[in-house]
Amino acid sequence: MGDRIVRFLLPVVGVAFLMFVWTALSANVPDLPSPLKTWEESKVYILQPLEKRGEMDQGIVRLAAYSLYRVAKGFLLGIAIATPLGFILGLSKVFNRMFDPVIQVLRPISPLAWLPLGLIIFQKSEPAALFTIALCSMWPTVLNTIAGVRTIPQEYRNVAKVLRLSRVQTFTKVLLPATLPHVFTGYRLSLGIAWLVIVASEMLTGTPGVGGFLWQEYNSLIYAHILLCILTIGVVGFLLDRMMGFVEVRLRSI
Amino acid sequence: MSFVEVRNVSKSFTSAGKVRDVLSGVHLTVEEGEFVSIVGSTGSGKSTLMAILAGLLPPDSGKVTVGGESVRGIHPHAAVVFQNYSLLPWFSALENVRLAIQAAFPEWPRTRQVDQAKRYLETVGLGNALQKRPSQLSGGMRQRVAIARAFAIEPRLLFLDEPFSALDALTRSTLQQVLIQMCSETGQSATAIMITNNLDEALLLSDQIVPMTRGPRSKLGTPIPVKLPRPRTDVQLLHDPLAVRTRAEVVERLAEFVHEGQRDPRKTLEVPKVAQSKAVEEQL
Repeated sequence: MGDRIVRFLLPVVGVAFLMFVWTALSANVPDLPSPLKTWEESKVYILQPLEKRGEMDQGIVRLAAYSLYRVAKGFLLGIAIATPLGFILGLSKVFNRMFDPVIQVLRPISPLAWLPLGLIIFQKSEPAALFTIALCSMWPTVLNTIAGVRTIPQEYRNVAKVLRLSRVQTFTKVLLPATLPHVFTGYRLSLGIAWLVIVASEMLTGTPGVGGFLWQEYNSLIYAHILLCILTIGVVGFLLDRMMGFVEVRLRSI
Repeated sequence: MSFVEVRNVSKSFTSAGKVRDVLSGVHLTVEEGEFVSIVGSTGSGKSTLMAILAGLLPPDSGKVTVGGESVRGIHPHAAVVFQNYSLLPWFSALENVRLAIQAAFPEWPRTRQVDQAKRYLETVGLGNALQKRPSQLSGGMRQRVAIARAFAIEPRLLFLDEPFSALDALTRSTLQQVLIQMCSETGQSATAIMITNNLDEALLLSDQIVPMTRGPRSKLGTPIPVKLPRPRTDVQLLHDPLAVRTRAEVVERLAEFVHEGQRDPRKTLEVPKVAQSKAVEEQL
């Protein structure tokens, strides 16, 4: 019983500490709204989460949904490329030697660097955003899939050989199931990055969504809404990770 | 020509710049329908030899032929039972066995493949665990699945790589009986080559026992025939005078071979000392 109370209280203390730091900062930084002021100015977005008043002036859940939809598209595009790529590079030493340097160089590039290139290539903001999300988020999946394929126990490879499985059977019955938990870890990390990238890409392209709203409110000098957006991004990112983590645990238990 | 012929097979591994000669000049012949056990201690390169026999690993030099054809990759009518069961954890017992059947008999309709898998799992006593995954099965049950999987493809050649060494003594002896039962009941005249470090197991199952020297540069000795009537049981091996005499003879010849081949013979073979002296006492 005492354990439970402590387990419940500790996170509350953590949040309270954050609020304290925030309040203390806002008392000293004139433009930074305090938690209370943030709530006062933002509550219409939270209490009417699905309201649509204008292109950017929408309930926070609605804005988050736009962002999530965009992230979903970019993320799916990213893993649709990354998963087969990971398998090819994991299975073929030649391909891996060939493309490893390329991957290592492309991987650390920031979304802010990719976005202008996307705009040049696609001329429109929406495909440029998807291009950026896909390109930035695919690497963890590529690398985890490679690692997954490499670490398949020799035991399973021997089974495939001894049973004389065809190439297709070896892939679908042995390689794929053995690698799946690793691939999914990749998906989880990729989704985390995709969600990081969304804000940057919406800020630069000015499309409706949490990031777009954040940038607009910065330009409109309504700083409380920036904090609202930051908190929303954090909460949504946390929920996404929890969701993927849940699926991942279930996959690993097989 | 014998069914399985191994001629002058050698194998070395290089790791960190050091060459390790695991096998050198290995000879072996196995007649069709024979059960042959290769007995050697751990680290004598038994598993390497098995991998070469089964076609998982190419030899550096020498030749392995099965039915007159040289081994290149896995033989189409061969099955292998590994020490560590080697079941696929994401499949049920039934699916593990059916996968082997599916690969061996792709032309069979699905229902026939499933029926065959069920039949063999029932024979090894797993009729009520068909849908269980390996993680839900005990070690002994997993090895039953592996045995069912091996026999279900109706192999002409069976490789057993220390099949029972991961099991406790009681389970081990039950599974040896399962194996004997499979060999006799399925009516297949499968040729079997088993690798083991347990002399009693070899006596129980084999027509020939082939001793193996301790590595490096392991060799095989002259086969020792085991002329005991079948079916054999553990108890019979301990008490039957003929069995006791055979056992003593085998132990003696193993020791002789080991003396010839090795400077330090003491730890080469796992011969249970207590059982051995008991057997000698009883003989007197």
